[in-house]
This record gives sequence, C-alpha cells and structure tokens, in this order.
Amino acid sequence: MITKRIIPCLDVKDGRVVKGVNFMGLADVSSPVSLAEYYSKCGADELVFYDITASAEGRGLFTDILRQTAERVFIPLTVGGGINSLEDFDRVLKCGADKVSVNSGAIRNPDLIPAAAERYGSQCVVISADVKRVDGAFRVFAKGGRENTGMEAVSWIVRCVENGAGEVVLNSMDTDGVKGGFDLEMLSAVCEAVNVPVIASGGAGCAEDFVKLFEALPRVDAGLAASIFHFGEVTIPDLKRALRERGINVR
Amino acid sequence: MIAIIDYGVGNLFSLEHSLMAVGAQVCVTGEERVLREADHVILPGVGAFGDAARKLRETRLDAVLKQIAASGTPVMGICLGMQLLLDISYEFGEHPGLGLIPGEVRPISDVIPAGLKIPHIGWNALRLTARRFSPDPALPHPIFKAVEPGDCVYFVHSFYGAKCADHVIATTEYGAPLTAAVAKDNVCGCQFHPEKSGDVGLRILKAFCEWDGEGA
Repeated sequence: MITKRIIPCLDVKDGRVVKGVNFMGLADVSSPVSLAEYYSKCGADELVFYDITASAEGRGLFTDILRQTAERVFIPLTVGGGINSLEDFDRVLKCGADKVSVNSGAIRNPDLIPAAAERYGSQCVVISADVKRVDGAFRVFAKGGRENTGMEAVSWIVRCVENGAGEVVLNSMDTDGVKGGFDLEMLSAVCEAVNVPVIASGGAGCAEDFVKLFEALPRVDAGLAASIFHFGEVTIPDLKRALRERGINVR
Repeated sequence: MIAIIDYGVGNLFSLEHSLMAVGAQVCVTGEERVLREADHVILPGVGAFGDAARKLRETRLDAVLKQIAASGTPVMGICLGMQLLLDISYEFGEHPGLGLIPGEVRPISDVIPAGLKIPHIGWNALRLTARRFSPDPALPHPIFKAVEPGDCVYFVHSFYGAKCADHVIATTEYGAPLTAAVAKDNVCGCQFHPEKSGDVGLRILKAFCEWDGEGA
C-alpha cells in the first residue's frame, strides 16, 4: 500500500533557508541545496521549497537554487511562494519543480488554478492554505498569514480542488511554530471534504506528533515540518523508525 | 549515448540529470538521426494519452521509435511513455498506442476499491513478478537487477496498463495489484518515475543503461 510521506519544508529567502516561528522573527539555518541533498539521503519523501523573497534579485537566486537542487536531488520537489501566473508556473517547472503550490495567487486570481491544471495537469497543482480560527470559524489568510480574507477555509479548499488542484497543503496558523502537535480538528474537517492527498503542516514538535497524526487521521497522506528537521530535533530516519514500529507504512 | 525523445511533452530536466547522475552520456532530442544512433532510447511523457500520441504521430517519431525497437535497441517508456508502448488507451475516448507491448490503458478506478484517492500519488513498493518468457524465471528483469524486495518508487497516475498478461514484470499494491512495469524483448516501461524515486530509481536507470536488450 502507498506509504505516508514525510516532507521537510525549506523557506528560502535570498538563497538561504529560513524558518519563522508563527511567521515572525526569521532565523538563518543553512544552504538550501546542501540541506535538500542531506534530507534526500536521510529518506525524505519529498521536499517543499517556499520562496519568501519579494525582490526580483531574490527570485533569480531562488530559481538558481532550485535548478542546482533538481540537478542533484531525485525526489519530488514542490515549489511555492510568489506564484501568481502561468509564467510563474513555467519559470519553476523549467528549473526542475514537479509540483507548484499556490496560495495568495489563487486568492487574488480565481482563474489561476483552472488554467494551470489545464496546462500542466492537476497532479502539478497544489493548493496551499494558511488557515486560522477566527471567532470559532476556519478562515483563509493571505500574504503569508498577514491578511484575513474572511473566506471559510473548507469551502475554499473544496472549490480549489473542484477547479483542478490535485493536492492540499493545510497549514494551521494556530498550531504553527507551537510544536504541540498537528491541528487534528482542522485537518479532519478538510480530509472529510476532499478526495485528493492532504498534507498536514504546522505544529510538529516531536516524532510522536506524526504518529498521532497518522493514527488519528488515516486519510492524511503526508506530514510536513521545517524547524524540527532543520535544527535536528527530529531526524527523518528516527521518525520513520518510530512510525514503522507503530504499524504506519513508510518508505 | 542514451537519447531521451523530445516530442514536446513534459519536463525532461530531472530525467536528463538523473541519467547524468548515473554516469550516462545523455542527449535530449527530437532528431531522427540522433535517435537512430543512440545505444538506448527513453520515451518520457506526462499528461493526456491522446495529446501525446498525436504529437508522436505529427513528429513521425512513432514510426521511428517502432523501427528503433525492431532493430534491437533497448527502449524504456516512463509513466505516460510506458502507456504509449501498449496497444490502445481508453483515456477520454479510444486512442491507438504504439503496440510494442500487448496491453490496454484503463482507469485505475476500474480495479481499485471505491474511496481510495485518485490519482495514485506517492511512494509505493515494487513487487517483482515471475517471468514466464524469461530464460530464467527466478531472475528479475535486467532493469530490476539492483532492486531489493520492498523497495519503493514514486507513482503519479490515474490510468494503468491492463491486460498486459505475462509482460508485467512488476506490480504495486493500491487496493489491487496495479501494473508497475512491463517488458517485451528489448522494450520495457515503468509506470512510476525512476527519475523521482531516489536511489532505487537511479539504480533502475543505471541498470537500463547497462542493459543490452537481451535476457528479458
């Protein structure tokens, strides 16, 4: 049977990996290319690169880094950040990305997902949603979590999938950076609503959090995390061993 | 030299670099002359079968590839490229394939239990099958000579090779056994993406580069 995927996420700014805690206070960690190679050797099932640069020079550095990574690392690469048009899809796919994740770009431009799915196929289009509870409802946030769109999250994600998104990354802003475990309640609501792979993001603090995630929600396909991997708090071989011991199928 | 057929379908960046990583001399080309001179030929592909089959026909590379296969050159189809090697596809209508390996392309929803997600995306284990046509049925196909039991590879597909009979050389389990790889004489095909399957994928590509097309 298909294995559960473990996905380290690399936030890249000006060609370096950073990770924000609750999206604030960035700390430099390492070179994206060497980190990607390291993760691939350790058994990461996929890598996500988020470009959090705003400038054109930063964009250029990012695609250089992406190309260098794709020349050396032969596992699926998902790229996100600053994807607003089909030209952006084209730019990163040419540099070796396999999937492209859209967030604010899809909120601003409702035609982006359908157009990208038609040109590149649904398997290539990932909807990444930053979601936070506001007055008891799940709301979609844009611009790296800075702006409440007011949209209800589950119906937004369902609409994106109907429009052609082939995978969902659900990032809970409520659990992100807290390291107290994934947001099982939020994930459950999304898993019940869609029939495409769902990747859990935000909140992993230890290996046990991944065990709890896959035990509680068998429909979740993958767990994504950043800082716990970058700082070596959890290593991927140890995490996979822990999952295997609990009967969870991993590579 | 190993040639990757460029017929305007999909992104060949990773495939090219994965072959370079196993020490192959690689050429991405749509030129008939270069393809005919290659020691090994790879037919890649992503997207819809009908579109890809039409592009192969329009560039007349379908006929070229059939001649290359008939000459004994080892040929590998990857993902949609594997499906194109079969007789016919039922993806959005009916489209003839190259007919190099017997089989039909059918939706996986025909055979997998309801409720499982489609496409079948992710890492799944290869199960190598006993090969009735092989000189030694106990040995895996030459492209799998360095694959260990339980090794996983990366799949992304909604259709699969059906009725490939004894030409199936590996399956994978997704609620039902799905064709993971097929072979006939010097032609083989992988439903999964070896260029995205880490070390296992690189071992398969290396074995293909070393294969002389015999012993299958």
